[in-house]
Amino acid sequence: MTNIKKIAVLGGGVAGMETSIQLNRLGYQVDLIEIEDKLGGHVRNWYKLFPDHKPADEFLEKLISNLSATDVQIKTSIQINAFLRKEKKLCLFDQACEFGVYDAVVVATGFDLFEAYRKEEYGFGIYKNVITSAGLETMFLGKTIKTSGGNVPKRVGLVHCVGSRDEKCGNLHCSKVCCITAVKQAITLRQMLPNTEVFCFYMDMRMFGPSYEELYREAQEKWAVRFIRGRISEAAQNADETILIKTEDTLTGRQLKMNVDLLVLMVGMLPSKGTTVIGKKTGLDFGMNRFLKVKDEHYHANETNQEGIFVAGSASAPMNISDTISHARAAATAVDHYLKTTDHERFSEKNNIRNLEKALHEK
Amino acid sequence: MENNNQKFIWREYQKEIADDHFFYVRSCIRQAFFPGSETFFLSFMRNQLGKDVFEDARHTTCTGIGFHGDVVPHETIMTVVARHFALMTEAGYRHVAISCVTSFGIYSEILETWKHFPEIEEKIHQKLILATGRDFNKPDTIAHTSDIIYKFRNEVAAKMKYPLINLNTGEPLKVVEHIGCHYSKMFPQYGVGGAEFPQVLAGMIKAWGGEVVDYPERRHCCGFGFRQYLVQANRGYSAANSKKKFDSMQSYEPDFILCNCPGCTMFMDKWQYTIAELEDTVYGKEGLGIPVLTYEELAGLVLGYDPWDLGLQMHQIPVETLLDKLGINYDPEKKFITQKGENIGTPLIPQHYNIGLKTAGTHSGCC
Repeated sequence: MTNIKKIAVLGGGVAGMETSIQLNRLGYQVDLIEIEDKLGGHVRNWYKLFPDHKPADEFLEKLISNLSATDVQIKTSIQINAFLRKEKKLCLFDQACEFGVYDAVVVATGFDLFEAYRKEEYGFGIYKNVITSAGLETMFLGKTIKTSGGNVPKRVGLVHCVGSRDEKCGNLHCSKVCCITAVKQAITLRQMLPNTEVFCFYMDMRMFGPSYEELYREAQEKWAVRFIRGRISEAAQNADETILIKTEDTLTGRQLKMNVDLLVLMVGMLPSKGTTVIGKKTGLDFGMNRFLKVKDEHYHANETNQEGIFVAGSASAPMNISDTISHARAAATAVDHYLKTTDHERFSEKNNIRNLEKALHEK
Repeated sequence: MENNNQKFIWREYQKEIADDHFFYVRSCIRQAFFPGSETFFLSFMRNQLGKDVFEDARHTTCTGIGFHGDVVPHETIMTVVARHFALMTEAGYRHVAISCVTSFGIYSEILETWKHFPEIEEKIHQKLILATGRDFNKPDTIAHTSDIIYKFRNEVAAKMKYPLINLNTGEPLKVVEHIGCHYSKMFPQYGVGGAEFPQVLAGMIKAWGGEVVDYPERRHCCGFGFRQYLVQANRGYSAANSKKKFDSMQSYEPDFILCNCPGCTMFMDKWQYTIAELEDTVYGKEGLGIPVLTYEELAGLVLGYDPWDLGLQMHQIPVETLLDKLGINYDPEKKFITQKGENIGTPLIPQHYNIGLKTAGTHSGCC
């Protein structure tokens, strides 16, 4: 047993759980460390998943069931706040105590949702009927979609790109999942409230995944969701607590002013506080979008600038669940390769890559 | 939840406002339209708070109206403002107190331009030296005078004689606050509370006992918009924008409107009369128009200054409804009599605003 390599996976969301499962299947001893008291991350708060409307709890149960079939050590309510290298080992500290010594660490600390109050012009946190996409999922879970006055909304507006692709917020990146989340939520709204009008206000529809474009078409053809190409410039509250919104329909070139009973802000993804803290403590590089920078976007998408420290899932960039699962599996493969190669082999590999790059450059 | 988030937003937009030793720059138009406002500011700062506020008679227009009207080039206005800074530097001051929101926007824009393009600042140094032989230091802080009254709002509250409470109902007065676009919409970080939920006037209203009305078109332009008004053919557009705001606030029955921009105060006040003449629409709960005040006038009123000493007789919308709600004693006979006892003339009374009939005797003169 003493020869079994030990790995710490930081973060108990989808990426962390899947990485742990795969590493354990490869024969490694894995500690899955989560800051909260439960595993599951953001998915715990979601109602259904795109594009197939799979219940989120069904997906999570499967993941947890797979995890339970392993001997991964699950350690919840643990905050790692210091890091030290001891020769080839990586020591993690929980408060002042040494928490564990590992051969490799996988950072799977994920994302935080954009704090919608920062888009001041939408009045989130000030106007009661302005909510976020996460808030709408909570309403879906409770099977009750009501306005602040307790009424069924007759008209709902969904605003895309809140905190994403927005220079004013300092976030130039696309969060990738908001467009398809809006399509999914719009359909769910129409399914649950057939007499409610649903409008989506978008910049571009980025339907990058399999079945996404088809779902977008279905939303229009089957569910009569109306898509308006234009950013909302301002939301204000009327005396009856409905929300007055102003925008421009850029396809018709007309200004638009309308009232909605509920305004839903499709909040984007930012690196989580945990990602930022762990990244700084372990000396990881950050990208322009403030997510963790990987060694190479194409060929080393799980490796970082620090030897023995890997990244899995949305700690490195916004991604959907399918991509997160793939990224987590790739992280396990990268860790496995790292632990099975000797220093000499790694040195040679580095040199080979460097020579190859040099040759390509000269060419 | 809502208040906490609102406070959070305000906290993100707190600016440094100097405590003392101000170089004061007046507005071009305020002395004509709201003649008591600047006088009150100087009196309050110097006599009640004991602050040092310096004025230089050589200070001129910033040329902001000409700049926004496309008749004054950018380099010219920068050189004019640089001269103001030179006067400030020569007098030994480092903090500018600006009475006009247009000027405040101009100063902010120029300082931001110089921050990002230092070569332009250098060029303006050379131009000013060439033209006047003067050179300048940039100010350490710039504040609009509403920022300064906001900073000292609690000092006003401590000496307050007439809080913003309706004497008849015991309820807080409902107040529409309207900041000038050039106060913080160009550079939110230069305004107290930013642009979306500005705190500068709201903070005064709350500190003095009133309640802020948040109505849907709160952020909309007052209707002035330099080219909308300066080009005569566009004035209908100007009035239409004001009408949009009045229509939006009407159902909230505000007791008065508080502004910090000369243009906004003027247009919110005067366009109500125009709309009444054009459309027979009169705003305000009593159908007598909604009084419009500057923040200095409001501070003066709550401190117990005589309304006519504050220049409130120069307003288009009579303020008597508001004075009555506040329980302020005033002499209607003295409304149009100067301190020297001269009659400045009674305005022709628009039929829609019949409150003036209490004092109107001759209907002579004209507003």
